[in-house]
Amino acid sequence: MRLLLTPALIVVAVFAAALAALLRYSVLEFVPGSLQTGGLTAANFAGILSRQYLGAVWDTVLLSLATTVLTLVASYPVAYALARTRSARTRSTLLVLTLAPFFTGAIVRTYAWVLVLGNTVWTWPVPMLFTPRGVLVGLVHFSMPTMILLLAAAISHVDPVYERAAASLGAGPWRVFRRVTLPLSMPGIVSGSVIVFAWTLSAFATPELLGGGRVKMIANVVRDLALDSFNWPGGAAFAAVALIVTLVLLAAVGRLTAGPERNVP
Amino acid sequence: MILRLAVAALVAFMTLPTLVVIAVSFNPTAILSFPPAGLSLRWYVNVLTYPQFQRAAWNSVLVTAGAVALAMPIGMAAALALARGRLRAPQLWATLLLSPLVVPGVAAGLGFLILGAGLGLLRSRAVLIAAHVALVLPFVVRSAWVSARNLDPALERAAASLGATPWRVFRRVTLPLLRPGLLAALLFAVIVSLNEFVVSLFISTRLTEILPVAMFTYVVNYTDPTIAALSSLFILATIVVVWLADRFLDLGGVFIHHRQ
Repeated sequence: MRLLLTPALIVVAVFAAALAALLRYSVLEFVPGSLQTGGLTAANFAGILSRQYLGAVWDTVLLSLATTVLTLVASYPVAYALARTRSARTRSTLLVLTLAPFFTGAIVRTYAWVLVLGNTVWTWPVPMLFTPRGVLVGLVHFSMPTMILLLAAAISHVDPVYERAAASLGAGPWRVFRRVTLPLSMPGIVSGSVIVFAWTLSAFATPELLGGGRVKMIANVVRDLALDSFNWPGGAAFAAVALIVTLVLLAAVGRLTAGPERNVP
Repeated sequence: MILRLAVAALVAFMTLPTLVVIAVSFNPTAILSFPPAGLSLRWYVNVLTYPQFQRAAWNSVLVTAGAVALAMPIGMAAALALARGRLRAPQLWATLLLSPLVVPGVAAGLGFLILGAGLGLLRSRAVLIAAHVALVLPFVVRSAWVSARNLDPALERAAASLGATPWRVFRRVTLPLLRPGLLAALLFAVIVSLNEFVVSLFISTRLTEILPVAMFTYVVNYTDPTIAALSSLFILATIVVVWLADRFLDLGGVFIHHRQ
């Protein structure tokens, strides 16, 4: 029986080898104009905090925080409706509409926002495309399906009996929500927020297309360094930091140990 | 009532870009306008006749088929081992197998680029397929694991006690009972692989790039609605697949715990 695990472990080993290559390059010296590397150095990590790139790091953190808060607020009502509706048809419709963007892929989703934000449909009072505002809209839209599914799973575990009990004792709908539903769904809120934050930190397609080179997040810097400047060590250091921060954040909310019951892609 | 309005508005926010893409794809002119001045299929013609999209579509078929063909048996075997193997720490093994899911795309992409360059494999599709196998395997393992855990070993023992060989038990009892989980696994694997973008961007050349990468390059260089047409085709395919999945696989059951 244990032998059945071997092929999968080989696949994971190949993946681990790629990450090991990344980590190794992150501490090797970049030789300009060459893909060969020099000796051991910490210069790549020092480069992250240089004047040239600190702005991108700061923008990434701010955009990720804003994305997390807005995504949470925008997703809760939909998740609540999804978890609590009694009509099978409403649930099915909400589920399909929630999952469809999730399945259409990063490019299709982001291109759609290029059209909407680029004054195609109507003219925005302020510039949206190629601004942090526009990137934020795209990031929230991108994160909503994940957040909705995580919140809906948490809310569906809150027994409606508690809500009915609170209501029968005279609490208004808002008070029931604030004192019963919200606190009981807090585990989902916390893990959903951390997951969305961690994923947004390494977002690539949304800032690449909606930022148009004017808004850069960490992953865009990695691409520029690795594919335009052929500075693989420099890109590797940025990617290694993104990797480590993501793993630490996800470990903090226990999402590294995802059993089958937590079936959220 | 307020909740309903809010939900409707938020769902509209989520759906609006999709509708705009579809509307723009029928735009008759290269300069985007909304609502379109007329109806035209020229961008769909452009999608189907643009040589780089034809090449990328073929690459997508090859990479996805290769990755899924490898990941399905590997993932199913792993799921059976996790559910039935009496491993000392199944959660730990599962965490290891699902770990590629939590790795940022640029980290995996640049890692595979460095690894592939070191091995001299970047001109072939080998690195792309290897990366796609690693990226879809967690979805396969997770879906198959759910089914494998719900499988009652008594059914297999009954078949065996009635004289079926182990292979026959597997083929006639185990496999049919795993079928819903395997179908869901196949669905996830195909969708994830077809849409994979960031990792593929790092490790493909103009000759090996898959559709999402080719679409990205096109969007960066041209502004006409060709990508709207191609996106509409993607959206149509996705809606059909998700609808079928919801219909036949109880998608809600996979994602959300129902009461009653």
